[in-house]
Amino acid sequence: MEGLFSVTWVVPIPPFLAFLAILLFLNKNKRGSALTAIGSALISCVLGWGIAFASFFRDHFGDHPVDEAIYTIPTGATEFVIGYAVDPANALMLFMVPFLVLMIFIYSSGYMSFPHHLRAEQYPTAYAQGKDPRYSRFMAYICLFATGMLGLVVANNLLQFFVFWEVMGLCSYLLIGFWYEKASARAAAVKAFITTRIGDALLMIGLILLYVRSEPSSLRFSELFTETNLDQLAQSLVDLPLFGEVHWISLIGVLIFCGAIGKSAQFPLHIWLPDAMEGPTPVSAMIHAATMVSAGVFLLVRMFPIYEFSGEVSSGTLQFVAFIGAFTALFAATIAVAQWDIKRVLAYSTISQLGYMVAAIGMGAYVAALFHLLTHAFFKALLFLGSGSVIHGVEHGYHHAHEHAHDDHDDSHAEHIVRRADGVLDTEDAQDMRNMGGLLTRMPRTGWTFIIGGLALSGFPLITAGFWSKDEILAFAWDGNHQWVFWTLALAAFLTAFYTMRQIGLTFLGRARTEGASHAPESVASMTTPLILISIFAIAGGWFGIPEAFPVLGGIVPNWIGHFLEPYMKYMHLYPHHPDFNFVPLAVSIVVALGGLGAGYLVYGQGLKEGQTDPVARILGPIWWMWHRKYWIDELYNSTIVLFTMWLSRFLALFDREWIIDWVVNGVGRIAIRIGDLTSAFDKFVVDGFVDGVGWISDQAGHIARLLQDGRVQTYLLFGMLILAVWLFLNVLPMILTLV
Amino acid sequence: MESPDSIVLTILLFWPLVSALLVILLGSSDSLIKKGSIWASLLPLGLSIYLLFAYDSDMGGMQFEQFAKWIPQLNAGYHLGVDGLSIPLIFLTTLLSTLSLYYSAGVINERVKEYFFLMHLLEFSMIGVFLALDYVLFYVFWEISLVPMYFLIGIWGGENRGYAATKFFIYTLVGSVAMLLAILGVYFATGTFDIVEAAAAQPFAGNLTLASLAFWGFFLGFAFKVPSFPFHTWLPDAHTEAPTAGSVILAGVLLKLGAYGMLRIMLPSFPEASVYWATWIVGLGAIAIVYGAFVCVAQTDLKRLIAYSSVSHMGYVMLGIGAAAAVMTPDALAGAVNRFGLTPEAIQDSAAMALNGAALQMFNHGIITGALFFLVGIIYERAHTRDLARFGGLATKTPHFYGLMLTAAFASLGLPGLAGFWAELFTFRGAFAIMPYWAAFGTIGIVITAVYILYRIIQNVFLGEYDPSKLPHWTTVQGEHADGPTDMVGFEKVTMWPLIAAMFLIGIYPTPLVSYFNQSARELLAFVQNLV
Repeated sequence: MEGLFSVTWVVPIPPFLAFLAILLFLNKNKRGSALTAIGSALISCVLGWGIAFASFFRDHFGDHPVDEAIYTIPTGATEFVIGYAVDPANALMLFMVPFLVLMIFIYSSGYMSFPHHLRAEQYPTAYAQGKDPRYSRFMAYICLFATGMLGLVVANNLLQFFVFWEVMGLCSYLLIGFWYEKASARAAAVKAFITTRIGDALLMIGLILLYVRSEPSSLRFSELFTETNLDQLAQSLVDLPLFGEVHWISLIGVLIFCGAIGKSAQFPLHIWLPDAMEGPTPVSAMIHAATMVSAGVFLLVRMFPIYEFSGEVSSGTLQFVAFIGAFTALFAATIAVAQWDIKRVLAYSTISQLGYMVAAIGMGAYVAALFHLLTHAFFKALLFLGSGSVIHGVEHGYHHAHEHAHDDHDDSHAEHIVRRADGVLDTEDAQDMRNMGGLLTRMPRTGWTFIIGGLALSGFPLITAGFWSKDEILAFAWDGNHQWVFWTLALAAFLTAFYTMRQIGLTFLGRARTEGASHAPESVASMTTPLILISIFAIAGGWFGIPEAFPVLGGIVPNWIGHFLEPYMKYMHLYPHHPDFNFVPLAVSIVVALGGLGAGYLVYGQGLKEGQTDPVARILGPIWWMWHRKYWIDELYNSTIVLFTMWLSRFLALFDREWIIDWVVNGVGRIAIRIGDLTSAFDKFVVDGFVDGVGWISDQAGHIARLLQDGRVQTYLLFGMLILAVWLFLNVLPMILTLV
Repeated sequence: MESPDSIVLTILLFWPLVSALLVILLGSSDSLIKKGSIWASLLPLGLSIYLLFAYDSDMGGMQFEQFAKWIPQLNAGYHLGVDGLSIPLIFLTTLLSTLSLYYSAGVINERVKEYFFLMHLLEFSMIGVFLALDYVLFYVFWEISLVPMYFLIGIWGGENRGYAATKFFIYTLVGSVAMLLAILGVYFATGTFDIVEAAAAQPFAGNLTLASLAFWGFFLGFAFKVPSFPFHTWLPDAHTEAPTAGSVILAGVLLKLGAYGMLRIMLPSFPEASVYWATWIVGLGAIAIVYGAFVCVAQTDLKRLIAYSSVSHMGYVMLGIGAAAAVMTPDALAGAVNRFGLTPEAIQDSAAMALNGAALQMFNHGIITGALFFLVGIIYERAHTRDLARFGGLATKTPHFYGLMLTAAFASLGLPGLAGFWAELFTFRGAFAIMPYWAAFGTIGIVITAVYILYRIIQNVFLGEYDPSKLPHWTTVQGEHADGPTDMVGFEKVTMWPLIAAMFLIGIYPTPLVSYFNQSARELLAFVQNLV
């Protein structure tokens, strides 16, 4: 057992090696790349499950979590420890993450066929293979992504967590923009990275402040969450401008929460997630539903003691968290009601469900948040993969229809764009639900598994996983007297059931509305098998968390998740709280789930007729339109923050280059030259004048002297004679004179 | 301390000079000069790797010291030595020099003899600055380094090379003069030109005015070189016009000389003045981070953009140095303890981390920006333009180039897992404990860096569909006509991969590198604390 825990650090390694191997050696070999990727995921999955089950079956595992060092980095007189941890919280993640990763890898190997936006003649080999020209690169990227997620799960300190968190951010960027020939994909990738980077910068500040203020200075979970450290963080105050005195723990809690807002796409940084649907669908399933976005919630789960202790000194931080979560849950659900793109509905649904988990953290419901994170990961991955299968099928349907009508096929795209009362419709768009309908008969495996996922998302009572986890959050809200959170989440749950039924109705029920839908084939086995396997967990996953106090069922199946996590909570000095059973939240959660599904079925149960606009749009009018346009938040940001950033950068560039700084530098240079001119004038007329004057004199003297030197021997001789004569004259004459 | 090993530094120092002379004397053909230069440069590289391993970090301090009388009338000595700060920087110098020579062998075909002569001379002067422990020696090497770079820009540079080279030379020379005055001040105060002895003698201790004057003399000399905002505008011009290898060395090593001088001379010699002026250093650093990043976003020339990113990234170095300077003396430390309610040990560790961050940033910026300038050179050799608007869709056409550029660009934006991250983290970790508001201001740069890297570089150059009408004339790296962008060839890959590998290695396992810096950071802090 111990031996198995000691190799926990290996879990993220196989996908990383696969990433390197594919990029460096297997780039040309598509099949080899896929097999390498799947193989690495399989190794990680086996290891991860081994570790997870070893911890599940160990008594009181939560009392003795594993925390080991791998290496250290010197930090002055102290050291920073890089290592790995296994505790009940991440053991559950180690169960969920590698399994979904493996399923998604298998699915991807079938999904990544030649994309329809590329021209076949540019990529003849890839087209002949029927695979994406960058198939291998895709496999490499998702391997790196898996490394990031698994590394984050096993990290034993917040910094390491952050490192892998950012690695996932990179992969998210690369994968959203994977089809970078499309302008929308490029823009979405940049938007995703920069939006989350805003959250990440704040998270980094929070992380650093936590590191600075902790005693001893550390980011290791086991050292952070000691009672003395949490107490001193809660007691000490910091004087902030504008905010006045706040507790360090509250400030740190809010800053770290900002990271989760970015990564888990909570309001107001939610804008990137819907656009992220530009990436290939397995990416949406893996990154933007099952794993990366839930990493934000997992961060809050990891940092839960901070929030719990902050609640003891002031309720502000927790209320803020709960407010953002509940607000986002409802806000995103309303948008999801009015979307046409099958993946965007799921994207907003994800934002909304993450809001539930965040709200749960804000109410102190540790177990419920983690439980909902796990069940949601399964059923949302199922839904995304199902939607990918649908898109694939409809694309094939269109392709099929085009091949048969090849002769009179016109390539101009414009005529497919139709303006309707419920938004613009591209009649060739394989993701627009208005182009679907009746797919249950064409794609039964995809259809039924999608319906299972949809029911789980809606919280269909008693059977599905979503019911149990959502019910627990609602019960907690009711019990903790968080009235407004409770009713907000209940309303969001109603909308969730409604838009899920709408999606099922539009996609699978009624009649096919286009050629694409009527010719859609069922997807290949490598895509449908993962759907079936995941759907098991989308149902059964909830049965492990039925509260004891639940009538009839409670106690038949033990509340295993609760039992598993509670010792660990005590280990972290948290006191698990069991809500008393109350019929109100249960009744409400059953009523909203069934009510939403029923209302959805009444409206969309027969699908739409061809050309029919959305009945709800007709009823709600401008409100529906506001939802459809996502409250114009993108437009708001573009015309404020983005515009201001661009303006400021241009202003500063001109400031640097034209107006001030270089102007001063060049000005100094010019002044120096002027001074140089002046001194050179002085030099020329005064100093040089003197020098030149001396020179002129000697020059003239030279000219005279030169006359004497004409190079003729006779002249020299003459001079010689002359000199001799003078000498004689001067010396001899006086002698003669004396003689005289 | 004389040891039998001490001749190592002299060989390391003079070998590049010998190489330069050999190029002049024996360089009968271009290919002989190129091959010989590359082989010759492997010796200093090998010696610097030897130093990495041979340095005894348990003992710490200056090692491999060598001392000889040089100008006895001035009391100036030939004093060399290395410690945990200088050894990695010497390694960086020799590595980038070798790679630059290797790369230049592939692209420089005009006036080969002069070019390689100057490159060796440049290496000689840079190693000299890092080794010198005597002010006169230090100053001589500092000045020598200007000359080869001036000619490299002025002869092999781009269209506006005359302006750029002159601006570079005069700007740095002005700083040098300020430094020279300060050096003379130190000499008259202490009677020695020895850097270590002079620091131990604490020139102008107790007289803040004089100490500040000397401090500012050095600061201007170093800040012009770093370059610190607002003295930075020679940099974009010099970089943009310099030949590829010149930009690599300029960004990779020459900028570090300034920051190295701050750590080696300014902080230990004038601790009180450093504490007094620390907020200025931190403020200029934080402003440079944010300002440089914003200016990058508006650039349209790829090379100029990366030049401005250096302004931003060197801001981290200033931020780290300033933060550590602020709590160096016992009084300042006690003040910080009162202000923040942390233990003195915790603040000391924060200061050490700030210094580690600064030193790491020096090293990593050398690796990363060096790589980025190589990559810009690689594309410029083919496109003969650096105008961002004329690129696009290169990811599909040149996947190898794309992959390496992506790695270097993400390392530059501080992606965890690659080298740049640790420097940013350590710098901010130190600065947040000591100067939290300036540090918080600096974090704006983190976001804006992502904007210019992704939005300006990656998206403009690589993504989208390749459109031949944007830039109709491409050549191969040899200058022959090509139908479009061609991917990197062998010698370019060989140049790039060591740098890329270093980014990964340091990113995943920074411990060895940090250990060197941590050693000397702690020694510096202990030295100042123990002065009475």
